[in-house]
Amino acid sequence: MLYAILCYHDEDLVGSWSKEQDTAVMKKLAVVQDRLRTQGQLGPVARLLPTTSATTLRKDDPPVVLDGPYAETKEQLLGFYIVDCGNLDEAVDVARDLGAANPGGAYEIRPVGLFQPGDRLK
Amino acid sequence: MTDTAWIDAAFTSARPQAVGALLRYFRNLDTAEEAFQNACLRALNSWPQNGPPRDPAAWLIMVGRNVAIDEVRRNRKQEPLPEDEAISDLEDAEEAMAERLDGSHYRDDILRLLFICCHPDLPATQQIALALRIVSGLSVKQIARAFLVSEAAIEQRITRAKARVADADVPFETPGAAERAERLSAVAAMVYLIFNEGYSAAGDTAEIRSPFCEEAIRLARLLLRLFQSEPEIMGLTALLLLQHARAAARFDADGTLVLLDDQDRSLWNQQMIAEGLALIDKAMRHRRSGPYQIQAAIAALHARAARPEDTDWAQIDLLYGALEIVQPSAVVTLNRAVAVSKVRGPQAALEMIEPLAMRLSNYFHYFGVRGAFLMQLGRNQEARVAFDRAIALANTSAEAAHIRMHLDRLMRDSAPRAAKVSQ
Repeated sequence: MLYAILCYHDEDLVGSWSKEQDTAVMKKLAVVQDRLRTQGQLGPVARLLPTTSATTLRKDDPPVVLDGPYAETKEQLLGFYIVDCGNLDEAVDVARDLGAANPGGAYEIRPVGLFQPGDRLK
Repeated sequence: MTDTAWIDAAFTSARPQAVGALLRYFRNLDTAEEAFQNACLRALNSWPQNGPPRDPAAWLIMVGRNVAIDEVRRNRKQEPLPEDEAISDLEDAEEAMAERLDGSHYRDDILRLLFICCHPDLPATQQIALALRIVSGLSVKQIARAFLVSEAAIEQRITRAKARVADADVPFETPGAAERAERLSAVAAMVYLIFNEGYSAAGDTAEIRSPFCEEAIRLARLLLRLFQSEPEIMGLTALLLLQHARAAARFDADGTLVLLDDQDRSLWNQQMIAEGLALIDKAMRHRRSGPYQIQAAIAALHARAARPEDTDWAQIDLLYGALEIVQPSAVVTLNRAVAVSKVRGPQAALEMIEPLAMRLSNYFHYFGVRGAFLMQLGRNQEARVAFDRAIALANTSAEAAHIRMHLDRLMRDSAPRAAKVSQ
């Protein structure tokens, strides 16, 4: 089963990390990611640019384009993973490992219904 | 991350909102700052044991406010301070309370806090020192180091600035739309000022002041989050990101300034460039141009060029033309002339800057640019005069060193000819 792990964190706080802190977190995450990759469990991984760069299209009639992210939340969607796990427990364990490397915030674990790898973007 | 690093990061990110809210309660900058400091001290005791609160800013506002109020009471009745436990009981109510207290205000709180620092009576250096101290929370020591002056001098600068701000009577009511727009534009200018203080530094100071650039970017992003549909704030943020993206390539190992044409473009920070370009894209959709957007668009054209010869100078010429209209200045024309020299040649560029001679007679870059045009035209004697004047006006040793490089080239070029004459 494919699971999406959606990463939520206080973007203000993450933005306050020094370059060294940021690099240290990315390095720790890379260890977990490498392990998943070796096990053939790692799908696409994305780190999103700050929500200030986001634009929202409200699909009203006619559609309205709004500046900013869809939802104003205390913690923002900052990125996501797609992982291949046998069951939810396994997916939660993966999230736990990622969380140990990058504490704070929350991961939302969601089973993937339809997955198109979009292999043009390699 | 170490145990305390996340706490520091939380303090830094909560600071503008928390101090801004406390300022609204107490209407006094010193009291607000002190309340925030006290709240941070409590947090250092409580957070490592209890874990981070859901909303650090709300926690710090609540605790800061209560500690300050208790202090007032204690001074009145000489009652003992409440125990830490009593304060941590607040945490349950923290979120709901803080939401009610601040939800609708925090945007104006932060804007007010920043606006106070850019009072028109304050000279630029005081604005910067005040903002870095109050909004960013840099220590007096850090600021003093960056400005290369004593801590006492910075302390005095901040004290004076605070006194002047206290006299200025900044209104605490929620501002109207026009007032808000005015504040926003003053604050944007100050953020750019902070950035330039870091960006224009060179040599030894470049490293010490690069945190100014990062801080300015953080403040610009903060403003953009508060005012998501303001194209000029998108432009400002983009401009800072695109300029700072080149930081690693702007100086060589000796601290000598490396001009855009000579920079190793592989050292440019592609993530910052991507974010900057994304923000300009967003801003353009509003079709409400402004100086920050235009400057960001110029920076974007440089960022998009993989090699110097790929630069779209014709478009840059047009954009500087647009900038001359919205923000006419001799310096803008001087910059435009550089683009003109690439598109129409040095003669046209030289003619463009001749009328600026009076206004820029003490401006380093004017003589540097003029010398470069003259050199391209083969008017070496005149070029040398211009370069000599530039060196005399250089603000940093890196600037002077750069001009000296041109002079050396002139000397080399003219040497063989001199030899021929003597034959």
